[in-house]
Amino acid sequence: MTTTPVQAGLPPKPRAAVVRDALGVGTAVGLSGFAFGVTSAGAGMTVVQTCVLSLFVFTGASQFALVGALGSGGNPLAAAAGALLLGVRNAFYGLRLSQLLGLPAAVRPVAAQWVIDETSAVALAQPDRRLARLGFTVTGVSLYAGWNITTFLGALGASALGDPAAWGLDAAGPAVFLALLLPMLRARSSPAPAAAPAPAASPAAAPAASPESAGDAARPHAAPPGTPPGRGPLLRVLVRALVPALVRREEATVAALAVVLALACVPFVPAGVPVLVAVLAAPAVLAASRLLARRSHRGGRR
Amino acid sequence: MIWVAIVVTAAGCYAVKLLGLSVPAAVLERPLVRRLAALVPIAALAALIALQTFADGRSLVVDARAAGLAAAAVALLLRAPFLVIVAVAVVVTAAVRALTG
Repeated sequence: MTTTPVQAGLPPKPRAAVVRDALGVGTAVGLSGFAFGVTSAGAGMTVVQTCVLSLFVFTGASQFALVGALGSGGNPLAAAAGALLLGVRNAFYGLRLSQLLGLPAAVRPVAAQWVIDETSAVALAQPDRRLARLGFTVTGVSLYAGWNITTFLGALGASALGDPAAWGLDAAGPAVFLALLLPMLRARSSPAPAAAPAPAASPAAAPAASPESAGDAARPHAAPPGTPPGRGPLLRVLVRALVPALVRREEATVAALAVVLALACVPFVPAGVPVLVAVLAAPAVLAASRLLARRSHRGGRR
Repeated sequence: MIWVAIVVTAAGCYAVKLLGLSVPAAVLERPLVRRLAALVPIAALAALIALQTFADGRSLVVDARAAGLAAAAVALLLRAPFLVIVAVAVVVTAAVRALTG
């Protein structure tokens, strides 16, 4: 599937509806800057450090990951590496947005800071370039303003609370990550590039539901890989049971393997490093899944 | 050293965003690259959830945070709004911690 500058097949929309949707997503997600401000201050960052993160990093998952790792005494560079790995997906949003928005070179450095889950979801849901630009800009402005103001308020509020652990604030980070992860796991594996960004990789799970489910519906549904019946040895039977499961549920397999890897190496490596080890689950599962698929394909023809 | 991490993260995250807007499509459009880019955040998020819930320095523990995460999972499955999910995790963790001392 190729991306065209004009999103063919989407119904026309009035400008007011685009502005309303974009403002809705922007303010709802902007509010969750509170959660970041509180968590960051709870992890031991100063108010200034917390605000600098929201102003200049401006991609929620990476910010939460960074303060979580630093708060637990992780190595600063390992913590930054973990945060960067979470930010990689923004490059892929940017790729789609550059084709869709057709930005002049002079505007790109400014627009780049707003290339995140929510702005991409809103822009990619619009039927033409004009409305996509409008949706991207309104979501970007309202979210950037909201996220930074509420970050500041959250950080101030948390400093007033005292010991963050007593308030259970150390549980905010994992809850945020879970809210981000679950929609990603529900996404079906699709080897073909999808029309929309990885669905709901955003705290905007609720408000962004409409553009993202639209993107989901637009994806082709691949048939499960064929599994010919066989009376071979146990191993072959196992492989045949595993292949469809692994190929269809790569996301879940990656998540499970990452959890096991991360927890398994906690006693042996410094804080911050287990995340980097766990990320190896992604290429490992991808390689295993391709290998198994190829082998079963060959086995099926034999 | 905290500031080093902040500057590296800010510069890196911005560079990644700008890269996506600037490079020719063909570079990132390979299916394998896209697939990996979709799976890496999943691995990182899953690992972070596990670590921030069960790791305590270099040991693994099951404490009030696990209860908070479980409550957040229930709220998530009930389609609660994002802020409610986070609030539930915080409140349950604090309550369990207060009850168990």
